Parts: sequence; structure tokens; C-alpha cells
Amino acid sequence: MSGSGDGRLIIVATLCVAMLLTILPMPEWARPFRPQWVALVLLYWAIALPHRVGVGTGFIAGIVLDVLTGTLLGQHSLGLTVVIFIAIQLHQRIRVFPFWQQSLGILILLIIDHLLGLWVTGATRGVAPPLIYWAMPLIGALLWPWIFVTLRKTRRHFKVS
Amino acid sequence: MTAVLLSLALLVLDHRFHHLQQLRSALSFLTYPLQYLADLPFTTSHWLSEATSSHEVLYERNQQLHAENLRLQAELQKYESLQAENMRLRDLVDSSFKVGDRVLVAEMASVDLDPYKQQVIIKKGAVSGVFEGQPVLDARAVMGQVIEVNPLASTVLLITDSSHALPVQVLRNGLRTIAVGTGRIDELKLPYLPTNSDIVVGDLLVTSGLGGKFPPGYPVATVTRVDRSPDAPFSSVFAEPRAHLDRSREVLLVWTVPNDVPSAYAPTDAPADAPPDAPADDQTTPDEGAPATPAESNPAGMDSTPTEPGT
Repeated sequence: MSGSGDGRLIIVATLCVAMLLTILPMPEWARPFRPQWVALVLLYWAIALPHRVGVGTGFIAGIVLDVLTGTLLGQHSLGLTVVIFIAIQLHQRIRVFPFWQQSLGILILLIIDHLLGLWVTGATRGVAPPLIYWAMPLIGALLWPWIFVTLRKTRRHFKVS
Repeated sequence: MTAVLLSLALLVLDHRFHHLQQLRSALSFLTYPLQYLADLPFTTSHWLSEATSSHEVLYERNQQLHAENLRLQAELQKYESLQAENMRLRDLVDSSFKVGDRVLVAEMASVDLDPYKQQVIIKKGAVSGVFEGQPVLDARAVMGQVIEVNPLASTVLLITDSSHALPVQVLRNGLRTIAVGTGRIDELKLPYLPTNSDIVVGDLLVTSGLGGKFPPGYPVATVTRVDRSPDAPFSSVFAEPRAHLDRSREVLLVWTVPNDVPSAYAPTDAPADAPPDAPADDQTTPDEGAPATPAESNPAGMDSTPTEPGT
């Protein structure tokens, strides 16, 4: 029982790190290149432990992220829940993909997340950010193998299951 | 599915009805440590560089500040006599008002928020008396207004955010209009100026005080581009904010002393921020929402639309 409690702590800790990375100050020009850290970490956990991290976790993380970054409540959670739902449906397939194929799948999921966020922004504020912001999912997908390996090491080290 | 619906419901609630402020405040207790943590290295390095800077550097800076202070004092003397003269003249036309704002210096937290929104976090909150809608300046000009207050920190919407509109006035001739954010940190646009309006590159825009949120007379931006095309009803005018929106680390929070006309001169109850002599020659019809929303339920950051005496 204590093992499962520890596991929850590890998952929350990784999410906290992801959120820190999301708000860590970067120069103005570098902002479009910041990957969707929280989405990436949540996707890893959803693929690795779909019975632990599900749509509900994504929803809560999304709300916290909304408060953290000052967006409308629900903007991040919308994208995250949809993406995690898809990831859980496909987790058994994604797990056995080689890294580059996984990255492609993750790219598509990140693009969906990004697109949903853009739709909300567009619908509520009527602005379209510059095209360069599409670099966010791309960078996230490129980073995926390293995130995957790091988180897998963390998971095995702390025996989260 | 439920989560998606719930997200959508939250979005609608937050966007349309602004009911979720309390939930947001409660959750901010969770997120504040994260923001604090993200800011910590920068505060620490700042502190370290202060603590370890050498004697010469400190001496030099002290000298610089001393010289600057002297210069500013001299300017202030001029300003004070001008203010007295202004008040005397206003007395003659029975429209004097109280000048004087209380100011608090707040430090910005080094955190990045939503990349599509121009907002910053400052490390002063309700504990220090910060309130929603409070104007925020830096040493040079208007920066924005507080849109969310938590006990120890608050969120400031910058004037360049695309949902922000600010009633301004051309300093040179008193022409009033609205400066709308473009979403770019270095640009404001003035979309409601007719083609024949008298505005040129280099004009200084100051707050007109008409929205009731910003005190009148603070510098805002300098006009950088005026495009007049004969077939368009409005000219497209762009301005560059004077405040260092992307560089300032310290900001000033302003409490405007309520513009009560002192009782000795108060036969008419004219609001002091609507100068009676300014002709309403600009048809400012902002189309950004908030048509009848009262000022306090306005978290989208819209400065309330000006009450034009002449329209």
C-alpha cells in the first residue's frame, strides 16, 4: 500500500517539475520554442501506467496549469483530457513502437493539444498567434525520446507501477 | 467525455460569467509555491550580485543615483510650480481637483505565463492593499492594470494584450481615442481615428482618465506609424509603449486619490477626469465587448468604455 502512495508522490513531483519548466522565464524570442512539458509528462505516465494516470489526472493538471499560466479555466484541461484519452486508447500500440515512431505519434497528440488551445484562444479572444508557435509541438516531439528515457528511469528507480 | 464537457463548461463559465474567481484564488495557493520556486533562482542571483558587488561599483552607482536624484529634484521644483499655477488657473474656471497619487513599488516575479497573453506576476498582493483594476506603471509610463489579486501576488495585464483597451489622449492637441493592444509587446494600435484626424508620428499619448481606472495624464506610448489611405474610413495608427514592458523589473502600483472636487470649489459636481473643455471630436466607439459590464466584473482586463460627454 505504501508503495502506491509513493508512486503517486513521484507522479505529482514530475508534474510539478513540468509545470516549473512551463513557467521558467525565457527570453521573448525563445517563447515559441518552449515544449508543452506538462502534456509530455502526462502522456508518458498515461502510456506507461494507464490505470494510474487517466483523463481525470489530466483534467486536474490542466486546471492547475490554467491557474498557473493565467489562461481561462479549462483551456489546458480540454486539450490534455482529449490527448490523454487518445493516448490511453492506443497505449499498448505506442509502447511497442520504436522511438522515432513514438515521437511521430506524440507529435500528432501534441498538435491536437496545441490546436485545441488555439481554438479556445481564437474563440474567446479572437487572436491568432504567429505561425512560429507551431514549433512548440515539434520541439516536444523531438524531445520525446529523452523525456521517455528519463521518466522510465525514474519510474523504475522508484518502482512506480 | 465528461472531462471534456466539464472543461468546456468551465471555459464558458470563466469566459462569459466570470464566476470562477474564487476557485482560481483557491487554486492559486497551490500554484504560488511553484511560481515562487521558478522565480527563486533569479531573485537569488539578483540578491547575490547585489551582496557581492564591489565597493567601487556600489560607489559609482551611488554617485550616479545621486546625480540623477539631483536632476529629478530640480525637475520636480519646476513641476510643482507648474502644478500650483495649473491649480490656480483651474480655480478660476471652478474645476480644480486634487492631484496626488499614492505609489507602491512592487517587484515582478520572473515567471513566464501563457505565451499568447501579455501578462506578468508581481510580488505584491491583497496583503499590501492591491486591488483589481489598479493601474500599474513603471518609471517611464503606464504598463497595465491588475486583473487578479491573491494574498501575496497579483497578475497584471499589460496594455499590449489584445484584450486590453486604454482611453488615451494625444498630448499635443487633446485628441481622445482608445489604444488597443495588439498582442505584441512593442506595439499598440489606435483603430478608431478618422482619416482626417490630427495625429502625426512622434505624438505622445497620455492617459485621458476617461475609463475611470487610470489616473489622467500619465504617458502611455509614442506614435510610430500613421497610415492614411483615402478609401478607408479610419486611419491605421500604431504606437510604441513607452514603458519597458519586457525589461522593467520594478513596477509602481498607483492608488489614485479619489478625484473629489474640494468642497470649497464644489458648486458643480463635475467629474474631474472629464475635462469640460475637450471637444468630443473623435468618435470613439470601441467594439470590444463589455458594453454594460460594471467595472468590477471585468476580469478580461478591458478598461471600461469611456463615458463621452459629447456623444
